[in-house]
Amino acid sequence: MLEIRYVWEIPVRVTHWINALAIVVLSITGLFIGFPYLIAGVDGGFVMGWIRFIHFVAAYVLTASMLARIYWMFAGNHHASWRAFLPWRTAEGRRNFIKMLRYYTFTGKQISYEVGHNPVAAVAYAGIFVLLIIQIVGGFALYAQYNPGGMMAASTAWILTLIDSQWLRLIHHAIMWLLAGFFINHVYSAALMDIKERNGTLSSIFSGYRYIEPKDL
Amino acid sequence: MKNDLDPMNAGEIPEEILRKWEAKGISRRDFIKFCTTMTATLALPLTFVPQVAAALEDKRLPVIWVEYQSCSGDSEAFLRANQPTAAEIILDIISLEYAEVIMAAAGHQAEKSKWVAMEKYKGQYLLIVEGAIPTGENGAYCTIGGESAVESAKKLIKNAAATITVGTCASFGGLPAAAPNPTTAVGVRDLVPGATIVNLPGCPVNADNLTATLVHFLTFGKLPAVDVLGRPKFAYGKRIHDNCERRAHFDAGQYAESFDDAGHRQGHCLYKLGCKGPEAFHNCPTIRYNEGLSWPVMAGHGCIGCASPGFWDTMSPFYRRLPQVPGFGVEATADKIGLGLVGATAAAFAVHGVASAFRKGDAMESDKVKKEE
Ligand code: HEM
Ligand code: HEM
Ligand code: SF4
Repeated sequence: MLEIRYVWEIPVRVTHWINALAIVVLSITGLFIGFPYLIAGVDGGFVMGWIRFIHFVAAYVLTASMLARIYWMFAGNHHASWRAFLPWRTAEGRRNFIKMLRYYTFTGKQISYEVGHNPVAAVAYAGIFVLLIIQIVGGFALYAQYNPGGMMAASTAWILTLIDSQWLRLIHHAIMWLLAGFFINHVYSAALMDIKERNGTLSSIFSGYRYIEPKDL
Repeated sequence: MKNDLDPMNAGEIPEEILRKWEAKGISRRDFIKFCTTMTATLALPLTFVPQVAAALEDKRLPVIWVEYQSCSGDSEAFLRANQPTAAEIILDIISLEYAEVIMAAAGHQAEKSKWVAMEKYKGQYLLIVEGAIPTGENGAYCTIGGESAVESAKKLIKNAAATITVGTCASFGGLPAAAPNPTTAVGVRDLVPGATIVNLPGCPVNADNLTATLVHFLTFGKLPAVDVLGRPKFAYGKRIHDNCERRAHFDAGQYAESFDDAGHRQGHCLYKLGCKGPEAFHNCPTIRYNEGLSWPVMAGHGCIGCASPGFWDTMSPFYRRLPQVPGFGVEATADKIGLGLVGATAAAFAVHGVASAFRKGDAMESDKVKKEE
C-alpha cells in the first residue's frame, strides 16, 4: 500500500522558496549592477540606487533564510539534516549515488528508491549551499567597503587579506552564472523525476508530502 | 573666560607666529591658508589650527629621501605640483639631508652625505622611500654606489625614527612588482616587516597627503593612525566612489558608454568605462591633485585604483570593470563565459529530456498504475 509520508517540514519548504525567490531577485539585480543596460534619461532617476537597494534587501533576506535552514539542519527531521546532503558517508549512499548517476547518464535503468533527496541531487544541494555561503560572505565583504571603519568591514577584513576585492567581485559574478546553471538543471531534474518516480516530487516542495511504497524501500 | 570651542575664537593663530612667517616672506593669508588646509586634510577640528601653526616652528626635522626602483614621479609631484608657498613652508621646517632629485652633490660625495646624515641623526630622522626594492639575485637589480637597495634600505629604515613610503611602488611594490615581477620587487613593509612605517601609495603620491603627514608628525610627534595596509586613515579612509562628484549619475543610472559620447560630455558616471572608484580608497575626490585643480575622474577618465596593492594586476584591464578570467582569451568576459555555460546546460538538458521521454521501462511503481477510461 502506498503511504503518504510527510518529508519536507515547513521550515524546509519556506526557506526553499524564500531562497529561490531571493536568488532570482539577486541575480537579476546583480546582472544589472554588473552591466547596467538601462540608461536613465536626461533627468535621471534613481535606477541604480534602487537596484542596489533591492539587491541588498534581498541579500539580507537570503542570509536570514540560510541561517534558518542551517539551524534546521540540526533541529529538523533526518531528511532536513546536514547528513542528508552527504550521501557519500555510507556505503549504501555511495551505491545509490552511482545508481542515480548511471540512470542520468543512460547507462542504467534503475532509480534508487528514496524517501528524501536522491543522492546525486543531495550532493548538488550541498554544493549550492557552499556557493550561497561564499556569495553571502563575499557579498558582505564587498558591501562593507562603503564604510571601511565600520563593524561589517572589520569582521570581513580577513577575506580581503586573502583575496583582492576585484577577484572577489569576479567570483561573486561567476557564482551567479553557476547558480543560473543549477537553476536549469534543478527544475529540469525535478520535473523529470516527478514523471519517472511517480512519487509527487514536484508537489512535495509545496506540500511536504511524498508517496512511498514501504515494501520497495 | 575664552571658550576654546567658540568658532569665533577657534583657529586663531598668535600674532607673533604670523609676524615671524611674514618676515620670511610668507604672507599671513598664505600661512593661515596652509595651516587650515593641513588641519582639514588631517580631518582635525579647526581648533587644532593654532597647534599646527605652533608646530611649524623651525624644527629642522632631518629628512632623508631615497629612491630605488622609481620614476621620480613622487619627487616631481611633491616639488612641482605643490603651491610654491606650501613647498616653501615645508622645506623651511624640515631639513632635507639627502634627496637625489634636487641635491647638488653627486657620486661618492652624495653617497657620503647620506651615510653621514644617517649617523648624525640616528633615531631622529624621518626616512622617505620612493620606489620598490628588488630582492631577486641578492638585490643585484638595483645597486647604488656598489651597495644593493636591499642593504641600503634596511640600514636606513633601522636607524630612522619613522619611515614614510611615497607612491605605490615603495608601499606595495607597484609597477616593478607587477606580474611576472622579474626582479622580485617588494614594498618597504615586506622588506622590513614590523618597522614603523606609514604608507602613502598613489601614482604618484598626493603631495598634500605627504605634507599633511609631515605636519602631523611635527604637531603630535608621531605618525597618523593607519588602516590594515598601513595607509593613514585621514587620506585612505573613504572609498573614492562614495565621495565622487559623478556619484549622483551612478545612482541615477546615467553612464558614459564611450569616451566621446553624449553621456561623457555631460559628465555622466564612468563605471561602464571601467572606473575602479568602487574598490579604491583615496581622498582624490576631496583634495584632488595639482593645488586642488582636478583628479582623474573629474578630468573624464575612470579611476585605476592606483593606491591599491597590486593595482597593475588586479585593477586591469583599466577600461573594463572586472578582471580578465584567467585561462580564457583576451576578449572573453565573465558574462560571455557565463552565458555560454548556461546555454550549454540548457542545451544538454533539452537533449537529455528528449532522450528521457522516449525511454521505456524506467519508471517506478508501474504495477500500481491504473489507466483511467
Ligand atoms: C534558484 C532557485 C532554487 C534553489 C537554489 C533551489 C534549491 C533547492 C534545495 C537546496 C533543495 C533541497 C531542499 C532542502 O533540503 O532545503 C531543493 C529541493 C527541491 N526543489 Fe528547489 N531550488 C530552487 C528552485 C526550485 C524551483 C523553481 C522548483 C520547482 C520548479 C524547485 C523544486 C524543488 C523540489 C521539487 C525539491 C525537492 C526535490 C528533492 O530533493 O527530492 N526548486 N531545491
Ligand atoms: C545568490 C546570491 C547573489 C547573487 C546571484 C548576486 C549577484 C551579484 C552580481 C552579478 C553582482 C555584480 C558583480 C559585478 O559585476 O561587479 C553583484 C554585486 C554585488 N552584490 Fe551580490 N549577489 C548575491 C548575493 C549577495 C549578497 C548576499 C550580498 C551581501 C550584501 C551581495 C552584495 C553585493 C554587493 C555589495 C555588490 C556590489 C554592488 C556595487 O558595486 O554597487 N550580493 N551581486
Ligand atoms: S565615476 Fe567612478 S568613482 Fe565616480 S561614481 Fe562613477 S564609478 Fe563611482
